[in-house]
Amino acid sequence: MSDQLQLYEVFIRSSRGLDHKHVGSLHADDPHQALEYARDVYTRRGEGISIWVVASRDITASQESDCESFYDPLDDKPYRHAAMYELPEGVDSL
Amino acid sequence: MKLNDPLTRYVVRLGDDALIMGHRLSEWMSRAPFLEEDIALSNVALDFVGRARLFYQYAAELMGGEVTEDTFAYQRDVRDFTNLLLCELPRGDFAFTLCRQFLYDAFSLPFTQALCHSTDPQLAAIAAKAEKESRYHLRRSSDWMLRLGDGTQESHERCQNALEQLWIYTDEMFECDDLVNDLVVAGVAVNTSSLRSTWLETVTETLRTATLAVPESQGGVTGGRVGIHTDDLGFILAEMQFMQRAYPGLQW
Repeated sequence: MSDQLQLYEVFIRSSRGLDHKHVGSLHADDPHQALEYARDVYTRRGEGISIWVVASRDITASQESDCESFYDPLDDKPYRHAAMYELPEGVDSL
Repeated sequence: MKLNDPLTRYVVRLGDDALIMGHRLSEWMSRAPFLEEDIALSNVALDFVGRARLFYQYAAELMGGEVTEDTFAYQRDVRDFTNLLLCELPRGDFAFTLCRQFLYDAFSLPFTQALCHSTDPQLAAIAAKAEKESRYHLRRSSDWMLRLGDGTQESHERCQNALEQLWIYTDEMFECDDLVNDLVVAGVAVNTSSLRSTWLETVTETLRTATLAVPESQGGVTGGRVGIHTDDLGFILAEMQFMQRAYPGLQW
């Protein structure tokens, strides 16, 4: 056992056909233990059928300061959005 | 409280093991080394208390009358409890708790597996539920043996010390008295003496991998099954039963 526990992000798939969703994070010594704890901490009431754990340090995240360069240029390209389409009957969201 | 029917006595024994083990584990709530382990330990504690309820409910059904599951938990004194001594030993440090858990889980899994084949349908049904829990418990406690045994020098020493202290209490798990032997013949109870080799194999293999030595001390301490306990059980009951003793029949 190492002195420092690592942080892990937990993703749970609630039922077949759905995506894994981020549910929270936890500390553990290694991925194996993180999986066990994810079961104890996040699935006690039958929330899931599949669990992923990912070491938080392995996630590369966008930064708040990147917002301008990352997202603003998309705002003036409305032709990229699907908002202009008329939805066929029976399709609620696209 | 005097129990005469052999089946009822057997069921109560199993309930007592589960209740006292569950209570000892519950003492870790909010005291475990870190949050995740706190929740995991509490889960295991709840599994055992849940198991105790199933056994006590069945025993109450067998007794009939006014007796309920609470009667067994709250209205019996030390001499009426027939749990294994192993279950009642104070929780000690984290290594002691996990070593106790490992030694017990390595027994509990083959025990519940065997009890699934009981000719008593109710016991078989309880065992089927408990077996799945025990499988998880053993995985967890084996895992901790490896982490602590093969961890730091301090965790290794604490583990080895705990095993030495606990070892003399493991014999009792495999003890079969007349009550058990008669029920074994009837196909109701598990012949625990036949589980010893499986248990020893699991324990030896895991401890070896965890760089821990299998204790060599011989001669077990027994008595729990006939109500002869360590001082420690009295303290558990004092705490657990206080409310029902002070305010009999209290509900909230």
